[in-house]
Formats: sequence, structure tokens, C-alpha cells
Amino acid sequence: MTRTIFSALFSHWRRNPLHLITLLAGLALGTALWSGVQAINAEARASYDAAAATLGEGTYAQIVAQDGAAIPQQTYVGLRRAGWLVSPVVEGDLGRVRIVGIDPLTAPRGIGPVSVGGGADLGAFVTGTGQILARADTLAALPETDATVIITPDVAPNTAIVDIGLAQRLLGRAGQIDRLIVLPEQPIKRRPLDTIAPGLIETAPPDSSEVARLTDSFHLNLTAFGLLSFVVGLFIVHGAIGLAFEQRRPMVRTLRALGVPLRRLIWLMAVELATLGLIAGLVGVALGYVVAAALLPDVAATLRGLYGADVSGQLTLRPAWWISGLAIAVGGTAVASAGALWSLARMPLLASAQPRAWVMARQGVALSMLSLTLLMLAGGLAIWGQGLSAGFIMLGALLVGGALALPPLLTLALRFGQARARSPVAQWFWADTRQQVPGLSLALMALLLAMTANVGVSTMVSSFRLTFVGFLDQRLASELYVSATDAAQAERIAAVAMAQGVVVLPILAVDAKVAGQPAEIYGARDHATYRDNWQLLRAVPDAWSVLARGEGVLVNEQLYRRADLDLGTMVPIAPGLELPIVGIYGDYGNPVGQVILNDAVFTRQFPDVTALRFGLRLDPSKVDAFRAALRDQAGVADSAMVDQAVIKAMSLSVFERTFTVTTALNILTLAVAGFAMLMSLLTLAVMRLPQLAPVWALGLPRRRLAALDLLRAVVLAALTGALALPLGLALAWALLAVVNVEAFGWRLPMYLFPMDYLRLGALALLAATLAALWPAWRLSRMPPTQLLGVFRNER
Amino acid sequence: MLLSLRDVTKTYPGAEAPVLQRISLDLHAGEMLALTGESGSGKSTLLHLTGGLDTADRGIVAIDGTDLTPLDDPGRAALRRGTVGVIFQQFNLIPSLTVAANIAFQARLAGRYNPDRVQRLTTRLGLGDHLGKYPEQLSGGQQQRVAIARTLAPQPRLVLADEPTGNLDEATADTVFALLCELVAETGAGLILVTHSERLAARLGRRLHLRAGQLT
Ligand SMILES: Nc1ncnc2c1ncn2[C@@H]1O[C@H](COP(=O)(O)OP(=O)(O)O)[C@@H](O)[C@H]1O
Ligand SMILES: [Mg+2]
Repeated sequence: MTRTIFSALFSHWRRNPLHLITLLAGLALGTALWSGVQAINAEARASYDAAAATLGEGTYAQIVAQDGAAIPQQTYVGLRRAGWLVSPVVEGDLGRVRIVGIDPLTAPRGIGPVSVGGGADLGAFVTGTGQILARADTLAALPETDATVIITPDVAPNTAIVDIGLAQRLLGRAGQIDRLIVLPEQPIKRRPLDTIAPGLIETAPPDSSEVARLTDSFHLNLTAFGLLSFVVGLFIVHGAIGLAFEQRRPMVRTLRALGVPLRRLIWLMAVELATLGLIAGLVGVALGYVVAAALLPDVAATLRGLYGADVSGQLTLRPAWWISGLAIAVGGTAVASAGALWSLARMPLLASAQPRAWVMARQGVALSMLSLTLLMLAGGLAIWGQGLSAGFIMLGALLVGGALALPPLLTLALRFGQARARSPVAQWFWADTRQQVPGLSLALMALLLAMTANVGVSTMVSSFRLTFVGFLDQRLASELYVSATDAAQAERIAAVAMAQGVVVLPILAVDAKVAGQPAEIYGARDHATYRDNWQLLRAVPDAWSVLARGEGVLVNEQLYRRADLDLGTMVPIAPGLELPIVGIYGDYGNPVGQVILNDAVFTRQFPDVTALRFGLRLDPSKVDAFRAALRDQAGVADSAMVDQAVIKAMSLSVFERTFTVTTALNILTLAVAGFAMLMSLLTLAVMRLPQLAPVWALGLPRRRLAALDLLRAVVLAALTGALALPLGLALAWALLAVVNVEAFGWRLPMYLFPMDYLRLGALALLAATLAALWPAWRLSRMPPTQLLGVFRNER
Repeated sequence: MLLSLRDVTKTYPGAEAPVLQRISLDLHAGEMLALTGESGSGKSTLLHLTGGLDTADRGIVAIDGTDLTPLDDPGRAALRRGTVGVIFQQFNLIPSLTVAANIAFQARLAGRYNPDRVQRLTTRLGLGDHLGKYPEQLSGGQQQRVAIARTLAPQPRLVLADEPTGNLDEATADTVFALLCELVAETGAGLILVTHSERLAARLGRRLHLRAGQLT
């Protein structure tokens, strides 16, 4: 019996291959969207991490010469002999490109060609004319050399990684080393540094940079959008499964009338769908890979890492990756078909085989109530919610509630249109569109969520960028930042600066506990640098002057929120010193609280603390000359001087990549949503023949009907877009102002970008039009006999 | 006794009056019964209860002495596969299967597929030239003949036909009707045939009329 039933079930697909393709495509696209977005996110992450790693100057302790001079090669050899696990680095500028020479054999994991290129060839890297690893744009800016260039997207912008020997040759610094990376694991017995190499000092690993912490927030937001794409995928899968069941209702009914037991039928359909889900999942994972690779040409290296690459460089899928993709497909299919199978199980045997408009209407009321409940839950959580999980529940409730609100709102809008229509054709158009809403609702919900995601992503990324660049301007206002190794060098630096008329802004800091929270206390000199560049979120009038007089403090947003402070609150700084808060500033990415005092007050309170870091204000064109002076006269190592312009340029180039990623995300989600709509329209085209045929018979030509179908798709997409905009903005707000605050303690300001939204709206309309084009064309050329068939088979 | 109904009552949810009220009926093997009544009088309902497609609120429906009332879904499905054959007004063929596959379908389900018998049925019903076609390529009369072949292939004990000629023109209806009666008579099965046509009803051995939930 099983075989007979299977053959009947399968015969449906054989006779209606389009239905099968729709189902498989729906499942595959849902999966592809998920795995593609994961891949794109991973790419975004990798590019941030590369930038953060470079900006943060690594996370290792280092050995440098006390006087900032180069370290001779022999000293390095001596250290190695004495048991020190260190790895040499030489750096310098070649043209506009920063050359970093490393020794891949001794470098810690994560530095050098082994981590950089999945398939990089260690042998070729260290021998012969050598290899230069850098991003394509960096390589283009590099002068001609005899080394082989390898495009490596993981390398930080404007930086090239080469073997140390090659770097010494290129930079003309044979036998010289700038610094030694100290590996974290060292043998216990090794001779102290000063006995082997006097004149060298070991510096502690730098704190992980603020940029790196800031990107954590961005990662979280991207993860949230990954989840969103998963929801879009689920809707598409759900739509595909729902249609597959709807199409086979008559057959199911006949099978049961002929004596197929319900339970067996449900079992067999479940097995059938699981198989199809598995097949489609495989296709989807592959598709996601291809699409992501096509959208981001230089994503390939990251993808290789993600999907896993074997030594020969051939592509193999990493199990965790494709299994999660398959789980999405099969799990999504299971969730979607559970509902359909459940309603099948409860369907009376003799129920009408035609799609049940009235059932859908009744479900509509229930779904509207559910939608309202969810939206109210989201609103309630936004006001009273506490904690990160409340934030995510709120996001989920907002999205699902918003999606479920779509069909009733569409119906309402269409009813309004119908009431306004004068001509009979217009009236029929509105009424017929309304009748189509139930059949199209899942595809439209997917479109809604796709557009919502796009509005949200654009808002989030652009707001992030504006904030970040503004923040960099504020924090990196000085042209040059210099770290001294000790107080003596600090004095030399100050002397050199004085001699050249350069303003020195010492950065004084101690760690402390303020208002019960871990915090850093900074002493800042009163200078225009701060007044002109810092933007305070809240402040009393003339806050900078009050601060300069030592009569108040500034606190960062984190401390302000966590300790529940306010303007005017007295903050105990140290025993016997309490000052009121005069301003609150944004401090994006910093995990701990911060208090800023006037430097005079600071020095009085913490006399032992000397400044080892300085911001230097000078004419940007003189930065290079001044660096050289510091190097020669104060013995400051190159790596201890950070040129603000370089960091800013690097950050901006990172953001350029972000936009590529955002555009890719937008195109991917919209394309998939458009495809889902095409599938639904194709399926519905057959189902709605009985509605079209009478209108045709009454004298509306097929071309006109087809044109109206196109118009219908545009109207529905436009109405959907009208709902997507507020929903997307609500989503961005929830991420920036709720989830981010809960996760990191600071709020990203939200900006609006109307032109972006307009462009997105136009893209969505285009997607809908493209989706409707083929079905409309088919309708315009439909043979009259097919339309007449409706009357012949009237039931 | 092939079929016996005792005090069968059925009320649809939401309806004021019962469709069937304490109906009792006996049918012997080989007996052919015409059931008439106005549209909406409950003829289809009665047939569905008899065929195990629906359940009665009260009363007993027994086939070959076995009461259907306590049967669960698989039990009633088994009954429809082998013992009772139902022919619908709308043919209810499986559109994605060919004529040949449609005819063999129910016999296969019941595990009683006999190629010779199917061959004989198709020849008798004049379907020999259409075996490779799909239902949508056939006329109404041809489709109904396929449905008859499908129902008779597993040799059911009882055949229930719900206005099998209702969608056909008069001449075709006569042919189909005659073939159905002839083939059922050959198998010795019982037949209940619902029809609107007085003319056709008069040609069967026994007639009952359904009105206001009662048989007369
Ligand atoms: N599934 C159902 N739910 C509610 N009422 C029904 C259902 N099926 C039939 N009816 C009602 O029961 C009555 C008898 O229907 P039916 O047995 O189909 O009549 P007939 O076949 O004699 O035309 C009609 O009034 C019909 O409206
Ligand atoms: Mg009837």
C-alpha cells in the first residue's frame, strides 16, 4: 500500500514539475539566505578584526630598545639561545604602504601567512624572491618589486605582510629588527633580559583597543540580522510548504475517500517532505556559498576558512557549517509542515477540496489578535523590560507581530481602495486583489521582513559609521599620539616638543572604583582640543570652564547609566575629594566607567602618577618630520607613535567595506524575497483561473488582465513597503537603543537616511515587478481553451 | 444481510433539524436500490455514513453483520479500500495519474490487484484506447467510466454511487448507468444508487425516497 500511495503522491510532482520546483526553490532559498548571510557576516567580522588587530598593535608583550633604536640581529639570536621565545618584526613605509616583515617560523599563531591565507605556501613565502601578502588595493599602491604578490583580503588595509628577510631588503635595513614579539608561553628557566641584552625593555601587552571593543557591538548587531534573515527564510519555507499542501488538497481528499488511512498518509507526507527538505537544504547551502561569493568578490578567502579548506586549497564544506544549513532547511520544513499536517489531520474527510477562503478569514481574526498581542508585548518590554534576553524577546515579538499584522492591514487598505473605485473594472481589481491576499500573505510577509531588515541594516550601519567617525574625531583629535617607556623618556619627549613649539597634552590616568563601579580616572589639560572636538551628550552650561576651574568632572555614558548618576550628582573621586558632574560624554566601546578631571586637580590628588602617553598638536604636514625628531632625539620607537591620520584612513577604509557588505545583504534578501513572490504568483496563477476566466469571458482581454496583474504586484509591494519602513526603524531603534545598551552599557545614536529608504523602496518595487512579470506574460498568452476549461470542469 | 441500518440519526453541527432521523434499512447481497429525494434531503449524507466516510450521531450501520460505529479511522479506511466502493458525482479521479494507474489504484491499495480483471473491466467500459491519457483529457462520461472501473476492480461487496450520472447528458447517462448495473450484477455486489432521474430509478429493483429525514 505504501508504494501505491507514494506513487500517487509523487505523480503529482511529476505532472506538475513547477509545483515541485516551487517547493524545492522555496526551501533552498530560505537556506541559502541563512547561510549566505552568515558568510557575509563572517566577512564583515573578518575585515573588522583585521583592522582592530592592526589598530590594537597586537595583543602580545613586546621587546624594544630603550632608546628606540633598531635591535641588531645578533641580539635576537642571543635571546633565542638563552631560551626566550620571541619573534622578530621589522616595519617601515614603502611608498604609502606599511611593510610588516615577520618570521613565520617563530611568530605566534594568528600572525603571518599561516593564518592569513588558507592556502598560502610557507616555502614560497620565506625563500626565493618571496611573497607579498596584502589586499588588492594595497598591492596596487605598492611600488614594483621582484616578489610575487598574493591578494589576501584578511590583511589590514594599507599594510603588506612579507618575510622579515624580504622586508629588510625592501626597506634597506639589513640585519635590523624593530621589535620582538614575546610569545605568551615562555620556558620557566631563561636568563633575565637585562643580563643578555642590556638596553632592551619588555613592554606589557596593550589593552585590547577601543576599536576592537566597538566592533563587538557591531558583531552583535550583525548576529541579530543573521537571525532576522533566518526568520525571513522560515517565512519563505513556510510559504512553500503551505502551497505544496494547498495544491494537493484534492488528491488528499480522494486518497482518503478511496481508503488510505489518515495516519499513514500523514507519515508518508512527512517522510516525503523531510527528503525534499534535505535535498533542498543541500542545494541551499551550496547556493548561499555561491551567492555570497558572487556578491563579495574578495570574500572567497574568508569563505574558505569558514567552509573549511584542505591543504591543496580545494573546497570542502566544514561539517558545522553545512550541518547548520541543513538543520535550518529540515527544521524549517518540519516546523512549517507540522502546522500543515496538523490541519490536514483535522480536516474533515469530506471537506471541500477548494482552498477555503472562509477558514482563512477566520484564521485571520485569530492572527490579528496574536499580532496585536505580540506588538503590545514588544511595546511593554521596550518600556519596562530589563536585560539582554528581554531585548531579544522584544525584537522577536516586534518582527513576528509586525509580519502578522500585514495581511489584515493590507485587507483594510484594499477595502478602502474598493470603496473608492468607480469603474466596474477598478472595483473588480480591488476586490480580486483582496481575495489574493491570503494566498500571497506568506510571500508578502517575507518581503516585509526583507525590507524591514534592509531599512534596519542601513540605519544601523550608517548610524554606526557616523557615530564612529565622529567618535574618532573626538578621541583622535591630536595629530600624533606618543607612548613613553619611562618617566625619563617622557621628559625628553616634552623637551623635544617644547623646542619645536608643539603643544603637549599629557594623558594622566589611574584605575579606581567610582560610585561602586570599576572606572578609569583621567586628568586632562584645559585646551581647545577638547572644547572643539568633544561632544557632550548632556552638560551644564559652560561645562568646560567649570572643569578647567577644577570645580566639576565629566563622566562617560557607561558610568552615568550603570551608577544611575545625573548632572550635578556629587562623585567621590578619592578620600576628601567630591566633585559634581558637569557633563556626560559618549565613550563607545569602553567596557568600564571613566571620569575626567582637570589635570591640576588630578596631579594634586595623585602625585605619584606621571604621564607616559601624550597627545601632540602640530601642523599635520610636519608630523613626519616631528616623528623623526622624536626618534632621533628622544629615542621613541616607531611603534610607540601613532599617527592619527593613518588610523582614521584605516577606519574609513573599513567602513567602505561595511557598505559593500550592507549592499550585498540588501540585494540578497530582496532577491530572495522577490523569488519567493514569483513562486507564489506562479502557483496562484493556476489556482485563480476560475476567478479570471469569467472576467475574460465577459470581455476583458488577456493583455489587460495581465497588465492588471502587474499593477497588483506593485500595489501590494508598495503597501508592504509602507509598513516595512516604520517596522525597520523600530527594529533599528530596538537594536541601537535597547539591545546595545543592555549588552554594552551605551547607546548608539540613531540617524535617519531618507534617501537610502527611497532607494530601498524602489528596489523592492522593482523586485516585485520582476516577480510578477513572468506570470503576467503567461497570462497574456494563455490559450483560450485553457480559460474555457474552467467552465467545462465547473464543479 | 449485507447492509443493515438501524435508527441512524445525523445532525450537522449548527443545523436546527437532523438530516437523517432514525433511518432503518436492509440490503441483501446482489440487491440494487435506487435512492431518490430532493436536493438537500440528505441522500449523500446517508451514503457517506454507509461508506464509513462520516459517522452517525446515533444508531447502527452494519456491513456483513459488523457494526461500523466503533471503528476508528484506520478501520473505516480499510473498509473503504476493500469492502465498500464509492462512486462520486464529480468522478474524483487523481489528476496526476494516468487512466490505467487510476483504474489500478484502489485494487492496489486493497492488495487485490488482478490484471486480468482490470483488463476485462477496461474493455467492457470501452476505455482500452485511453489508458495512457490523463483524466483532464477525457470527457465527463469517460471519466465516470474510469471511476466505475476503479471502484469495481477490487471487487467490493457493496457499491455506493452518488448521482454518478448527474454530470452527464442523457444519452451518456443511460450508457454509463447500464454499464454500472451490468457490471455490479456480475459481481453479485449490493448497490445503492442515488439519482435525480425518475427514469433511471424506475429501472432498478427497489426504490426508496428520502424526505424530511425519513425514508418512504
Ligand atoms: N459538512 C456539512 N456541514 C453542514 N451541513 C451540511 C454538510 N453537508 C451537508 N450539509 C447539509 O445537510 C443537508 C443534506 O445534505 P446532502 O446529504 O448533501 O443532501 P443531498 O445529497 O440529498 O443533496 C443539506 O441541507 C446540507 O446543506
Ligand atoms: Mg448529494
